[in-house]
Amino acid sequence: MIDRTELWIVIICLGIGSFALRFAFTGLVGDRELPDWLMRHLRYTAVGILPAIIAPAVLWPAATGGNYDLPRICAAIVTLALGLIWKNVVGAILGGIATLYTLQYLLS
Amino acid sequence: MTSTSVKSAYKQGFRDGAPFILVIVPFSMLFGVLATEAGLSIFETLSFSVVVIAGAAQFTALQLMGEDAPTLVVLASALAVNLRMAMYSASLSPHIGGAPLWQRAIAAYCTVDQSYAVSITKYELTPEMSPREKIFYFFGTVTPVIPMWWIFTLVGALIGETIPASLALDFAVPITFLAIVAPALRTRAHVGAAITAAILSLMFFTIPYNLGILLAGIGGMMVGAQIEARREASQ
Repeated sequence: MIDRTELWIVIICLGIGSFALRFAFTGLVGDRELPDWLMRHLRYTAVGILPAIIAPAVLWPAATGGNYDLPRICAAIVTLALGLIWKNVVGAILGGIATLYTLQYLLS
Repeated sequence: MTSTSVKSAYKQGFRDGAPFILVIVPFSMLFGVLATEAGLSIFETLSFSVVVIAGAAQFTALQLMGEDAPTLVVLASALAVNLRMAMYSASLSPHIGGAPLWQRAIAAYCTVDQSYAVSITKYELTPEMSPREKIFYFFGTVTPVIPMWWIFTLVGALIGETIPASLALDFAVPITFLAIVAPALRTRAHVGAAITAAILSLMFFTIPYNLGILLAGIGGMMVGAQIEARREASQ
């Protein structure tokens, strides 16, 4: 059982901390110029962080105890392929979900 | 800069953000389900989502509290998961940093992966947008998403364990991120950054507190920046 005091400390501190992280630059730096080398790196924030989150989540999903799961891997491949070819976010998501459920149904 | 162009920027942001409802709904429901399973009341579960509003960090905190980890470890791990938000903030600041402070504060509260990724892609493709159009576009992208995060946390908390595990709600997140990243792979530098980050993340998987993800992401960004610098030098 989770301790109530600890829970509220976590909720409040995590709320403040998360806001501080999100506000760190837009709030304090504002529109002052950042150095070129830093901007050059920041342009790749999304294509750096998101794949780093995706890769282990696809190959070793926590929901299956870290074991590789064929429907999830195929769904990921289909989503990526559709996104690359079609450049349509919703289409790629729907294609991925359809693949996941179809394979889960066929393999069960 | 007319109010019409600002309104249309907001509307366009709304349209571009709306598809993410598809993902936010299962993800927030999953949080509601797991939080009540861990013994949180409905009020506590909803407060968690309203105050913190960061899925991955909330799941991390919940899991560690369930494992009786010390409070400081819970906070440090969950904040480490959220460190990427500081990088999003840095990357957004040249675009929306000129807005009034209260608007920047609201934008900060609403910064989530999806709204960040959609907005930054838009800003890069249409640099002629005015700063006001840019921040209202951002507000547009979060408007359909944030209330859904609260509402479906509540729904998940209320219906609880009746959701079968075979729905694989957990996989909504990797699928969305893939769908967001794929169209953003426009240049060799973007592709290089993404592949590097993915490989490093697998290699760093055992580093605690999800710090491996952050290190892998930074590695990817460095590769992207290097490729871009070399291409410019060779031109």
